[in-house]
Amino acid sequence: MTLVLEQLLNGLQLGVTLFLLAAGLTLIFGIMGIINLAHGALYMVGAYAGALTAKATGSFLLAVPAGLAAAGLTGIIIEYIVIRRLYDRDHLDQVLATYGLILFLNELVTILFGRQPLFVGVPPALSGAVEIIPGVPYSVYRLTIIAVGLMLALGLFLLITRTRLGMLIRAGATHREMVRALGVDIRLLYTLVFGLGALLAGFAGVMAGPLLSVQVGMGEQILIMTFVVVVVGGVGSIRGAFFGALIVGIVDTLLRAFMPMLMRGLVTNTSEADALSAGLSSMGVYVLMALVLLVRPQGLFAARG
Amino acid sequence: MKRRDFLLASAAGAATMAAPSILRAQGAGAPVRIGFITTLSGPAGYLGQDIRDAFQLAIDSEGGKLGGVAVQAIVEDDGLRPGQGKSIAERMLRNDGIRLFSGIVFSNVLGATAPDILDGGGIYVSPNAGPSNFAGRECHKNYYVISWQNDSLHESAGRSASELGYQNAFILSPNYQAGQDALAGFKRMFRGKIAGEQFTRLDQTDFAAEMAAIRAANPDVVFQFHPGGLGIAFLRQYQQAGLLGRIPMVVAAPSLDHTTLAAVGDAAVGVNVTSHWNVDFDNPQNQAFVAAFRAKYNRTPTYYASQGYDTALAIGAALRQTNGNIANQDAFRTAMLKADFKSLRGGFKFGPNQHPIQDWYALKVERNAAGQLELKTGKKVLENHGDSYAASCKL
Repeated sequence: MTLVLEQLLNGLQLGVTLFLLAAGLTLIFGIMGIINLAHGALYMVGAYAGALTAKATGSFLLAVPAGLAAAGLTGIIIEYIVIRRLYDRDHLDQVLATYGLILFLNELVTILFGRQPLFVGVPPALSGAVEIIPGVPYSVYRLTIIAVGLMLALGLFLLITRTRLGMLIRAGATHREMVRALGVDIRLLYTLVFGLGALLAGFAGVMAGPLLSVQVGMGEQILIMTFVVVVVGGVGSIRGAFFGALIVGIVDTLLRAFMPMLMRGLVTNTSEADALSAGLSSMGVYVLMALVLLVRPQGLFAARG
Repeated sequence: MKRRDFLLASAAGAATMAAPSILRAQGAGAPVRIGFITTLSGPAGYLGQDIRDAFQLAIDSEGGKLGGVAVQAIVEDDGLRPGQGKSIAERMLRNDGIRLFSGIVFSNVLGATAPDILDGGGIYVSPNAGPSNFAGRECHKNYYVISWQNDSLHESAGRSASELGYQNAFILSPNYQAGQDALAGFKRMFRGKIAGEQFTRLDQTDFAAEMAAIRAANPDVVFQFHPGGLGIAFLRQYQQAGLLGRIPMVVAAPSLDHTTLAAVGDAAVGVNVTSHWNVDFDNPQNQAFVAAFRAKYNRTPTYYASQGYDTALAIGAALRQTNGNIANQDAFRTAMLKADFKSLRGGFKFGPNQHPIQDWYALKVERNAAGQLELKTGKKVLENHGDSYAASCKL
C-alpha cells in the first residue's frame, strides 16, 4: 500500500514537470498555430543555464532566474528570427524549421559545453527525505517540485481566467481572426505567449537538473511525452494540459511500477513476463492517447470553439 | 539571377569541385579508409567521442598510419538510431567503396548495421558492442570484437557479487539487446537469488518508480546496467532516494566509467565495479596511453577510449602483416587473429568466435590521497574468460 502511495507521488512529480512543458506547447499551438518541435530545446537551454550558474556560484537560488532568463531570451530570439516567418506557412514548413532548430541548438550546446553531461547537486536545503507517512521516506526535492509546479499551475489558471492578458489569450485560442479585427496587437501577443512558454520550459529544465543528467538531447526525450499530453488534454487548453499531464505522468509511472507484477501473475516464464511488461508499459501512454483520439478526438478538455 | 538560383548554382559548383578529390583518393598509394560509424550526439555522445578520439590518437601517434600503413578514419554519427547507422554503412559501402569498418557503440545499432557490412563484403572490427546474437551461431569470419562479448561484462559482475557474499540481488537494465545480454550474463555467474528484475527504457531519465520498487523488494545488492547518461541519472537518483548507504551496488564497467564518476561525485562512493581495463593498470603501454590521451584531450580516458585505442592497434597489427591489403580477406583474417599488438589491458587473445579472451578485475570507487574520487583496481575475478556462446560458433 505504501508502495502505491510512493509511486503515485512519483507519477504526480512527472506529471507536474510534463505540465510545465505542455502548457507552453499547447498555448503556442492553440494561439499561434505553430507546431514548435524546438520546445524541448528550450527546456535544455534552461537546464544548461541553471546547471552552469549553480556550478559557478554554488547557489541554486541564482540558478532559477538564470535558467528562466536564458530560456526566455532564447525563446524570444527564436520567435523573432524564425517563428515569425512561419505564421502563414503550413505545418510541414513549421515542423521542418523547428526540427532544424533542434539540430542547431543541440550542436551549439555540444560545441560550447561538450558532450559530457553536467552535474548539479540538489540544493542542500532541499536534500534528504521526509517521511510522508511513517515508513515511507520521500525526497524533499521531489516534493518541492510538486508543490512549486502546482502553485505555477494555479498562477497560470488565475492569469488566464482573471486578467486582461488571459482574456486575450483565451480569445486568441478560439477566435484568432476576431481578436485581430478588434485591433489587438496580435504580434505582441504572440511574442508574449511564446516567451511565456519558453519561461515555463526553462523552469522545468532548471528543476529537472538535479534529478536527471543535464546533457545534449535531454529535450527530445521528454518532448514526445509532452506531445502525448497535449493530444490527450486537448490542443490550446491550459486546463487540458494540466489534467492531461497528471494523467499521463501517473499512468506511465504506475504501469512501469506495477506491470511486471501483473504480468508475472499471468505469464509463468519470468523473463518473458519482464520483457512483455517492459514493452506494454512503454506503450501504455500511447495506447491511452489512441483511446482518447478514438473517443474524444478533440482531447479530453478541449478549448471551446 | 534570383538569389535562389544563385545558391543552386554555387552548390552545383561546389559539388563538381569536390568530385575530383574523391576520385584521387581512390588512386594508387591512397590511405586505407576506415568507415567509423559511431554515436556522437545525444546523451550517449561522449561514449562515441572517447572511442573516436582514442582511435585517432593511435593514428596520429604513428603519423597518420596504423602498422606502417597510411589510414584515414571517416567518422559519421549514427545518433544512436539503428536506421541511420544502416544507411551510413550502405552509403560507405556502395558509393565510397569502403571495406573496413569500426566504431559502433550500441548493440541495437550494430544489429542493424553489421549484417549489411558483412554481406556487402566488408570487414567489421567492434570497439564496443558485442551482442550475443553475433557471438554464437551467427558469428562471421569477417566480424571481430576487440572489447568483450556483452554477457561477459556482466558475468564478471555476477561473479564479483557472489564473491562479495551477496545472496539476494535486484537487477535492472534497459530493454534492448545489450540490456537482455546484461541480465542473462549476471544471472549466469551469480549464485544467489534474484529478488526482482526490471527492464527500463533506453530513453528513460527518471528512475523514481524503479527506486521505489527496489526499496520495497529490499535486496542485499543491486545490479544495474545503464550506459552513459542513463547511469549518471540512475546513480544520482539512487543516492537521492536514500538507497546508496543502505543497499550496496555491483555494476560492470559501462554503468560507471570515469565520466560518470566525475558527474555523479559522492553518489558513486563505495560502488563495486568490474572491468577489463582501468586507468591505473601499470603496464607501460597503458601508462603511455593515459598520459598521451590526457595531454591531447585534457580529460581522463574512459574504458571506451581504451577499447578504441586497442581496436586501432589490432587493425594496425593486421595491416602491417598484410602490407595494407584488405582485399585478401583470408590473409587479413590470419593476421588479425594473431592479435599481435600490446593491448592496454595487458593480455589479449581471440577466442574461437573472434571475441576476446581476457581477465576481469574488481574495481572500487574510493577517495585518493588528494581527496579526488577514483576507480581503484582490486583483485582478479575471472581469468582468461571468454564467453558462453563461443561453443556454438562454427567458423
